Amino acid sequence: MTTQRAATGDAPAGEGPGPRQRSLRCLEMKGVYKSFGGVQVLQDVDFHLDRGEVVGLLGDNGAGKSTLIKIITGYHQPDQGRLLFDGQEVHDLTVPRARELGVETVYQERALAELQPLWRNIFVGRYISNRLGLMDVGQMRRITERLMSEEMGFTSAVLTPDTTVTGLSGGERQGLAIVRALHFEAEMIILDEPTMGLSLKETEKLLKFVDGIRDKGKSAVFIDHNFFHVYSVADRIVVLDRGMVAADFPKEQHTLNELMDIMREIASTGHFEPDRSKAAASDEAANVIHGVAE
Amino acid sequence: MTAAETSVPPPSTRDQATRSALSDFMRKWASQVGITVAFVLLWVLFMIMAPNTFGTDLIYKSFGQTIPYFGIIAMMLTMVIVAGDIDLSFPSVMALGMVGFVWVWDATDIVLLGVIAAIGVGAAAGLFNGLVITMIGLPSLVVTIGTQFLFRGLTLVLVAGSSTVLAATRGDPVRELLVGKPFGLPMEFLWFVGITVLAWVLLNRHRLGGNTYVIGDNTQTARLMGIPIRRTRIILFVLTGMAAALAGMMMSLQVVNFYPNLGSGLLLPALAAVFVGGTSVFGGRGSVYGTFIGALMIGAIPAGIVASGLTDFWTGAIYGAIILIAISIHAVLQRRFQR
Repeated sequence: MTTQRAATGDAPAGEGPGPRQRSLRCLEMKGVYKSFGGVQVLQDVDFHLDRGEVVGLLGDNGAGKSTLIKIITGYHQPDQGRLLFDGQEVHDLTVPRARELGVETVYQERALAELQPLWRNIFVGRYISNRLGLMDVGQMRRITERLMSEEMGFTSAVLTPDTTVTGLSGGERQGLAIVRALHFEAEMIILDEPTMGLSLKETEKLLKFVDGIRDKGKSAVFIDHNFFHVYSVADRIVVLDRGMVAADFPKEQHTLNELMDIMREIASTGHFEPDRSKAAASDEAANVIHGVAE
Repeated sequence: MTAAETSVPPPSTRDQATRSALSDFMRKWASQVGITVAFVLLWVLFMIMAPNTFGTDLIYKSFGQTIPYFGIIAMMLTMVIVAGDIDLSFPSVMALGMVGFVWVWDATDIVLLGVIAAIGVGAAAGLFNGLVITMIGLPSLVVTIGTQFLFRGLTLVLVAGSSTVLAATRGDPVRELLVGKPFGLPMEFLWFVGITVLAWVLLNRHRLGGNTYVIGDNTQTARLMGIPIRRTRIILFVLTGMAAALAGMMMSLQVVNFYPNLGSGLLLPALAAVFVGGTSVFGGRGSVYGTFIGALMIGAIPAGIVASGLTDFWTGAIYGAIILIAISIHAVLQRRFQR
């Protein structure tokens, strides 16, 4: 996760999908295009995620961040391009299939069913059930109770597995969504604007949690408007702009101040020329960008 | 949700804990408690107003026959409504199913085959509703208004508007199974209880129900979590169609006659039972237990009013008032206990 600079330029020719059982690269997207009703939302996007890596995904509204992650989660299908999980190409990815492959998503707030009890929200879409489809509600309640006290830190006696989501604070909701992802042993956790609506303390807790994902050897994609948050947790930063990858570099290469400049530059020009320190790479980066434009 | 299970109070010895345990219980079961209290009050009222009627077992045997006709459908309708949909076509499905019964039974002289045919027609009608709604993407309210006319019209065309005498089914064991009276207890009521239990299990202990709640609560969530939305909704319409066909057969076999306008007049009682029972018209929240009690209340009101000495003209007004009071109680309780 330290040599990604080069990957920007020659990812297609670089370490391709090998026959390895568990490759370092748990997710790879190559040349992905997606449009909605004539609007090109993603153009020739290359993206990858390594094991134990946290990638910060930055970009303005409409840059295509949400579409990119919705392709990873199987919610949208790309118009063009390849999708590889653990080096294996996957066609016609669906949401249940992506979840099987270990992708869990923590969506803003909208992926919780408000009127439903906590246990149903944890197990939604993958209830513990027998072959006839009969659910073991008792077991799901017990697991939820354990997760609540051990993982979410819900100590209030008012909250039980039967409490509905309506009774939770913003941070508690986010915690619920995260614990849902963790409980099912996700390999890749995608956090879509997870700090939105959180208090300072809750945000701190969340960022600590993202560090925990890496410590467990899992990977994460962290999407946020706030690049202070992204900078503090990410190993590598990918910037999307108008549907294209405008920059992709390991965090250590730039300070937070430089990142701000880079973001400003991308916002005004649509791309980023890393002329500051690595002039050699700038050609590559420019090639990528101009290649896309053609 | 049902009153059959209670939440475990949080372990604490303080006074406050007892209070919070009570509010915890109410938060979960407010609707069920409300409807049960309303039901008992109504019954006590009828007992005082008409002790001669409500003090004998005769009226209850009558209820045991009439309530299931719409109650059975109300059970499956509850799930449809929890999923955020609605079905207004079931009265016509009752009749259309009977066309299937009459044809197959006529041709084979075997009542059982007629029953299977009717259930099959009911399922097909439900499938048609579900397919049109989910594939074309139309609101179920509009589609089932349309199919209500379509199915009724088909029925009238197929039987040329005439009724069919079913007297020859008398004595058949299958008929006894549907509308017989073992030990003086109407079979209809046993079916109603059985289907209530089935609906409860489906909604609260089966994947189908788990998905149903989430779909009705937040379709976006359901989609993001990979729930088979289309399939689930279609299954619920099929179940409602089958329940309608079953109820239609019971009604027809009971009076050994099939009228092509069978089922008209049951639309509102069935819907009223669901809503009086506390199921939310917005989806995501519903109670099979509530629908059961709701059906008992709705079924008892007309007889109660007449037996209390009021003229039949009063029925509609009081009926409507009781429905309004019941759903208002739910709304108030829900706001009070569920924030």
